[in-house]
Amino acid sequence: MTEPARRRTALYDTHVALGARMVEFAGYDMPVQYDGILAEHERVRQRVGLFDVSHMGEVRITGKDALGAVNRLITNDLGRVSDGRAQYTALCHEDGTIVDDLICYRISPEEIFICVNASNRLNDVAHMRERLSGEATLADESDAYSQVAVQGPHARELLQRVFGKALAATGAFRIRAATFDGAPCYFATTGYTGAAGAEIYLPNDRATALWAALMEAGRDLGVGAAGLGARDTLRLEMAYCLYGNDIDRTTTPLEAGLAWVTRLDKPEFVGKAALVAQEAAGVPRRLVGLEVFERGIPRHGYPVKHAGSEVGHVTSGTLSPSTGRAIGLAYVPTALAAIGTELGVDCRGKDKPARVVATPFYSPPA
Amino acid sequence: MSKVPADLRYTKDHEWAKQDGDVVRVGITDYAQEHLGDVVMVELPKVGQSLAAHKVFGTVESPKSVSDLFAPISGTVSAVNDALDANPEKVNSDCYGDGWICAITASEAGELAGLMDADAYSAFLASLDA
Repeated sequence: MTEPARRRTALYDTHVALGARMVEFAGYDMPVQYDGILAEHERVRQRVGLFDVSHMGEVRITGKDALGAVNRLITNDLGRVSDGRAQYTALCHEDGTIVDDLICYRISPEEIFICVNASNRLNDVAHMRERLSGEATLADESDAYSQVAVQGPHARELLQRVFGKALAATGAFRIRAATFDGAPCYFATTGYTGAAGAEIYLPNDRATALWAALMEAGRDLGVGAAGLGARDTLRLEMAYCLYGNDIDRTTTPLEAGLAWVTRLDKPEFVGKAALVAQEAAGVPRRLVGLEVFERGIPRHGYPVKHAGSEVGHVTSGTLSPSTGRAIGLAYVPTALAAIGTELGVDCRGKDKPARVVATPFYSPPA
Repeated sequence: MSKVPADLRYTKDHEWAKQDGDVVRVGITDYAQEHLGDVVMVELPKVGQSLAAHKVFGTVESPKSVSDLFAPISGTVSAVNDALDANPEKVNSDCYGDGWICAITASEAGELAGLMDADAYSAFLASLDA
C-alpha cells in the first residue's frame, strides 16, 4: 500500500542543501534539524534563526460581517483589538474542547487573516465553514502562502536590513502589508519562540529568494536555519501549548491555562455554553508547569503522581537547553495545581520528584 | 557515511563492543549518535549490575526522545563513564572514545566474537538505508 506522496514546501531544496534531517510532519517533508537541536535553539536565543513554517495553514474571512463571524467561532474577542493587530485564540467545538489554537490577524472588520496549525488545516476549514454565519466568506489560502519566521535578539536588525527601518520597528503582535521582491506579503510580529522577530507570509515563488536574502544580510549577525526540533524546545521553555500534545479534543481552554484568551463575556461563540457550565461547576484540572529533579526528564504520557496515586499525566517535556532544568507541562487536578505543590513523575518506571513551578520556564532578556 | 572502526564488534541495536584488557568496553555507534541527535542525558547502569545480552541496561536521551541501551554481551558492569553525567555530548562528539558508556566483565565466553564485525555492520547499515 503506497502512502500519499508527502508535500514539500518551496524551501525543500534549501533544507536538503543545508544538510537538514527531514521528517514527515502534517503530510509535509519538514526539516527537524540542521546542525543540531541544541545549536539551533541557542542560535535563536542568542543570535537569530530562520524557520520554514510554510506548512502552516492560512484562512481568510472576508465580508461585511467578517469580524462578527470570526468572533462567533473563536474564544477570544477580536473586538478588543484594533485593525492591524494579531490575537491568539482557541477555536472550540460546541462541547468546549479545543479544535485548534490559532492566531487571528485583524486586517479590518471586513477582513480577518488566520494562521492555523498545519496538522489541523482541513479540520479547521471544515469546522469553520459548517458554522460560519452572517455576511462572511471563508477562503483557504494555505497553498498560496509560504511562511518564514525570523526569531532572536538580532531578528529586528536583520529584518531592518531586508525590509527597512519602518517595518522592522513594528511593535509586537501586529500585521503590516509589505512587499518583497515586488510581491505583496505580510510582515507579522508574532512568533512561537518567545524571542523578538517576525513571521513573513509571502507567495511561494518568493520564498527561496527571501530565505537567501535573510541568510546573506544576516551573516555578521550569526543567522542560520532552525528546524522543528528547536522550535519545540523553544516554545516549551515559554510554556506555549502545542496542539496534539498539550491541547486537543479532550481539553478545554479553561483546563489548558487559556482562560486568558477565553472571553466568556462575549455574547456568543461556539463552545460558550459548555465553557460557562464548566466554569460554574469548577474546572476539574489544570495544565501546569512542572520541574522534575534527580535527573528525570518528563515526557509526553508519563504519569504524574501524588501520595502514591496517579493523578495526571505529562503532555510535553524536555531538558531545557537555556536553563538546564528538566521541564514539562502536565494536567493535574485543580487542587494540586498551585505553584510549589510537590508531585512525582513516573519516568519509565522510576518515580522522580517534581514540583509545580511558575511559567514561562525561561525569560528572554528585555 | 557513518564511521565503523575495523577493530570493534557491533550489534543490530547500534552498539559497539571492544575487548579492553580484562573487560569489554561498550558504547553506541556513530550511526546511533547521528540519528539520536544531541545527547542531553545518559542513564548509566550501576557498577556491579548484572547484564543479560540484548536486555535494556540504560537509556540515552535527546531533547525530543528517550532511547534504550541494549547490552551487547552478558556480564557484570565493572565501570561506568561518569563523565557523561556532566558532559553527555561526548556520546556525540567521540562515541568510540571519550563517549564510551560502560565496561563489562564478560560472563559468557564467545559472546563478543559472535557479534557482527565491521564489515557485517557496514552491510547492515547499508541495508537500512536501502
